[in-house]
Amino acid sequence: MNWRTFAALLARDAHVARRNLATLLLQTMLQPMLFVFVFGRVLISSGMMTASYKGLLLPGIMAVTMVITGIWAVAMPLIAEFQFTREIEDRLLAPMRIEWLAVEKILFGMLQALVAGAVVLPTGWLVLGHGVGITFNQPALWLTVVLLVSVFSSAGGLALGCSVGQTQIGLMFSMVIAPMIFFGCVYYPWSALKGFPVIQKLVLLNPLVYASEGLRGTMVPRMDHLPTLLVAGVLLAVDVLLILVGLNRFNRKAVG
Amino acid sequence: MGAGVRTEGLRKVYTSPPPLAAGGSFAPALGKRGAKPKKAFQVVALDGVSLEIRAGEIFGLLGPNGAGKSTTLGILTTRVRPTEGHAWIGDYNVWQQQVHAKRLIGVVQQRPNLDFALTAREILSFHAAYYGVAPADRGRRSAELLERFQLTDRAHEMVRGFSGGMMQRLAIARAMMHDPQVLFLDEPSTGLDPQTRLLLWEIIREYNRSGRTVMLSTHNMEEADALCHRIAIIDHGHVIALGTPYELKHSIPGGYLLRLKFSHHSPEVVERLRQLPGVTEVQIHGAGAEGGQGVQGAQGAQGDGVDLYADRGGSLIREIVAVLAESATDLHDVHISEPSLENLFLHHTGRSLRQ
Repeated sequence: MNWRTFAALLARDAHVARRNLATLLLQTMLQPMLFVFVFGRVLISSGMMTASYKGLLLPGIMAVTMVITGIWAVAMPLIAEFQFTREIEDRLLAPMRIEWLAVEKILFGMLQALVAGAVVLPTGWLVLGHGVGITFNQPALWLTVVLLVSVFSSAGGLALGCSVGQTQIGLMFSMVIAPMIFFGCVYYPWSALKGFPVIQKLVLLNPLVYASEGLRGTMVPRMDHLPTLLVAGVLLAVDVLLILVGLNRFNRKAVG
Repeated sequence: MGAGVRTEGLRKVYTSPPPLAAGGSFAPALGKRGAKPKKAFQVVALDGVSLEIRAGEIFGLLGPNGAGKSTTLGILTTRVRPTEGHAWIGDYNVWQQQVHAKRLIGVVQQRPNLDFALTAREILSFHAAYYGVAPADRGRRSAELLERFQLTDRAHEMVRGFSGGMMQRLAIARAMMHDPQVLFLDEPSTGLDPQTRLLLWEIIREYNRSGRTVMLSTHNMEEADALCHRIAIIDHGHVIALGTPYELKHSIPGGYLLRLKFSHHSPEVVERLRQLPGVTEVQIHGAGAEGGQGVQGAQGAQGDGVDLYADRGGSLIREIVAVLAESATDLHDVHISEPSLENLFLHHTGRSLRQ
């Protein structure tokens, strides 16, 4: 393995991200903060929601922000770079097996997802004000879930980015991302779906459910949540699957 | 010192539309209509191409669009997987020792594929970093190449706003950035103005003089003729001729073209010219041309005249002048063309390269 090349590719991505920092931050942070404000402040202060909703919302928001950031960070550049301009060619020719370029994309997507998580957690906390009631009693387990979520987001981005053409980006959002978010137990716990037994079973196919429930289980364990070890196991399986699918699709897309 | 390049029995069959890495232009699909949908698309892009390019050579692949040039370069540069056959860069098998092979090569693809997220200088500098070039050398070499390719004043601009010619120049500079032993250029002068094309030729020759191997594809016979030490003419995935430009041009009889213009001519004069020893064909152009007897590639022909194909050039002039003098015709202009690659291609395929 040629680490110098790998590091140079990471440096290139970091350089581009640094150049686009303001846009990236706005793109990543604005929407979650609007959600936090409307759901966590407006609805609660008007008495339409109970104050305990704050603790329920924040892990969900952190999960969805991380997942969308990772997917976006990997999929969008890939879709563009594999299109007509073939911007990725020069990096595919770098003296390294091309799979490592995909691995680099996953790693960089993970980093962006982790940064997004690290920014959205304190900011959201701040916006929600007092009474969020989040604890970190199981730091190792929490960190494991966070890492698994970041891999899910960037490997998912790789798989999506190598499967979707430029003309299908809109479709990708309306057909994949939007249903994933709304059935991802982001704004409500999985147990809240008990009145809809079929949907409750179906959403278990959605990896975002495990991201949200995993963070909820490690940050607000007093609330109903899926067992965290089960969540971690499923996330691990999803990560492995998405990495394999992503690498395979990347290879097929990269070499004629 | 440059490395040699070798291919053995390369065959490539595309079963789905080819990616842009392969140039993306192809002769019509050979798949039969009415076949099962899954098998409907099948294009044989290469069919048994074996080549040996010596270290330090400028080697050209000449052929029309869709001939298989880009696919050949794609396979040699790890971008297209061959269906059958092998390829080597130096001692490394391209598909078994990919990383070693990649280290030896620089590639300029048919379409500029610059990194739009970076400035011109960053493109060069990051490219060198991928190859492990030390930071100080990156700066020095990128400055040199930007200067050489006349891009210094745009070095700090994002390349999105560059013209096609500027992008092409930068793509070539990028391929040279890590000083590869073999430089591959796929149709390098497409879209360049004549002045830049000459600059490019000069740079390629200069690069080659430092001992590097250059392999390029082109459908432009002047470029192949002017630049290449040896040429493989390729059509429908087969190599149909291989040799130095001189050898190739002299490999067919009647390769010389004498373009004559005179005051007037009659069928008898044309007939007498046709009878001259060594003349293989006479085509009439200008005002005296009969229907359907126009001349291929006779742009700018004015007045009466003929194109005379023969197996010799200058030595025919005296006899031509004698024939014209006997029929009281004034000779206004004579232009002798050496045997050309165009003629050769025409000879082998019955089609013009320009078609």
